[in-house]
Amino acid sequence: MSVTYLEAIREAQAHLLREDERVYLYGQDIAGKFGGAFKATKGLAEKFPGRVLNTPISEDAMVGTAIGAAMEGMRPIVEMQFADFSSIALNQILNNAGTQFFRTNIPCPITVRLPSGGTKGSGPFHSQSMEAIYSHYPGLVVVTPATVEDAYTMLIDAVAIDDPVIYCEHKYLYYHLKADALPKDRLPIGKARIVRPGRDLSIVTYSAMVHEALAVAKEFSASGVEIEVVDLRSIKPLDTETVLASVARTGRLLCVGESFPWGGATAEVIARVATEGFHLLDAAPARINARDTPIPYHPNLWVDHRPNAKSIAAKARRILAE
Amino acid sequence: MLQTATRAGAKTSKKDPPHERYLEAFRWMLQTRIFEEKLTSLYRGGLITGGVYVGRGQEAVSTACGLFLQKGDVFGPLIRDQAGRAAAGEPLLNVTRTYLGSRQGSMRGRDGNIHRGWPETGQLAMISHLGSLISVVVGKLMAKRMKGEKNFIGLTTIGEGGMQTGATHEGMNIASVEKVPLVLVAVNNHFAYSTPNDRQFACAQLVDRAPGYGYEGHEVDGTKLADCLDEIGGAVERARAGGPPQLVVASLLRLAGHGEHDDASYVPAEIKKESWAQDCVPATEKLILEKGWLDAATLKQWRAEISAEVEKAVETAQREAAPVASEEDWCAISTRGMVDAPVLAGE
Repeated sequence: MSVTYLEAIREAQAHLLREDERVYLYGQDIAGKFGGAFKATKGLAEKFPGRVLNTPISEDAMVGTAIGAAMEGMRPIVEMQFADFSSIALNQILNNAGTQFFRTNIPCPITVRLPSGGTKGSGPFHSQSMEAIYSHYPGLVVVTPATVEDAYTMLIDAVAIDDPVIYCEHKYLYYHLKADALPKDRLPIGKARIVRPGRDLSIVTYSAMVHEALAVAKEFSASGVEIEVVDLRSIKPLDTETVLASVARTGRLLCVGESFPWGGATAEVIARVATEGFHLLDAAPARINARDTPIPYHPNLWVDHRPNAKSIAAKARRILAE
Repeated sequence: MLQTATRAGAKTSKKDPPHERYLEAFRWMLQTRIFEEKLTSLYRGGLITGGVYVGRGQEAVSTACGLFLQKGDVFGPLIRDQAGRAAAGEPLLNVTRTYLGSRQGSMRGRDGNIHRGWPETGQLAMISHLGSLISVVVGKLMAKRMKGEKNFIGLTTIGEGGMQTGATHEGMNIASVEKVPLVLVAVNNHFAYSTPNDRQFACAQLVDRAPGYGYEGHEVDGTKLADCLDEIGGAVERARAGGPPQLVVASLLRLAGHGEHDDASYVPAEIKKESWAQDCVPATEKLILEKGWLDAATLKQWRAEISAEVEKAVETAQREAAPVASEEDWCAISTRGMVDAPVLAGE
């Protein structure tokens, strides 16, 4: 028996609906037999009547109602059909959910699921990664699970957190990633994970790019270069300690992110390492992101728009040569 | 406090006010007028930082919004709802604490003026982005239903400017889809900051939108207290009885600037002659005296009592400590383990 990343998300929601009567799911096309554009809620509406609710195409109001319900003691999980459409709900997420606790002392425990990242042919409006925007604003927790195990435990943990959580799930991993079974143990949100230990270069990354980085590390290992791969797991909070410890071991840092290059998670990691761990560096830190254009439709363009094992390897070689 | 309970159910005679809660409502209107004039003078004297936003001219509508709410109801007041907030249970002291930045107010100096809530009686803290409160009220009502609560309603307000945002459209629609007991009171005060109606909307009447959203729509002259009590009270009653969402559109003129920093010189003189542009507070008072529902001595006594309440609320808040940056808990989330540590330390 194996479990895909998508099934882990579905199973986590089933678990939450079973165990916590405050939980309900709210999103477009998620109910009935249809079960969501990606089937992340398939079968749940039948099993949990009245708690898996279809919504109008109203991202702002979807999140607005979730905020109200959360302040009233519920634990809503909002599914955005695509992360890209959460831009319509930015105001509710950033200005209403994100400011609520600081202003009023009333916690706002909503979880917003964002099907994120690029897949072939999806184009500019069905491929975005939004973690940088949400991390920039105060008051939100932003998680980016890269494994089946994390997809499961981090969604359960996200709902338990008394604050708004932006759960960025990667669409490319939905079917590509499989585990033998659902996990029994968990690493808490806020802790990064050393996915592969190394001594020559730290690649700090998250979400689908973890797997690109692992492919590069494996390739380099054959020629005796050991790359350490750090999976951040959550962008906010950012586990600076684990990153600094890794750079202390390797002396070299490459950050990889799938989102646009201006600012963002990779820039933040480099800023922290440069300011807090400058003495640990043997070479200038570097980063790779997507290109600074909208995400193109055609696969020939798309593969070149985002970082991939080839471009990461090329960058790694340059850093190692310094 | 007025004893109006004995009036309930009593046969109305010509000697009685036109609504059983008329005099109680007028007292909230009067309190709001006297209180907001005090806030304005504090602002002009440099004692309030930020801004002061008053509901001058909107006291009748706003009072009616707060007056019919019960324990368990949800209230989403907006910028010009001092009267409704007070009628729904927020003490004056919380207002002065918020305006004057006392740490003991519900916003603790972290937010100010009209951006305040009073959770004790279900009052949400608005954000400045118009229309975004509607869906939040809807969510609260959904949760109450999920938890098995009964007999609750939600009431929130909007202006004719706020009616034009996407959030208002989404919020109004989702209330109908979710079949929640919502009352939306839209106050057309004819100026969204400085912009008149003809650059805000092009439908004949805002109330025409009601059937499009599956709402029952009602119009009211916002300067006539009895009509406001009838229409808004009726809408609350219908929502509570399981009716569809209710839209009440009140027409009146904003008798102040957008805020007290604004002299509203863009309001043309001729509009002030319209019947719906009259000032509801003196108009109601005049009617009360003419009809003999209260005598001049009683009204004088009310004024004195209210002035004393206002002075006390101001003096108390002025004596209280302001927030201190070095003692502030600079933390935007409630879960300590999720705080991004270097950011928290301000490094």
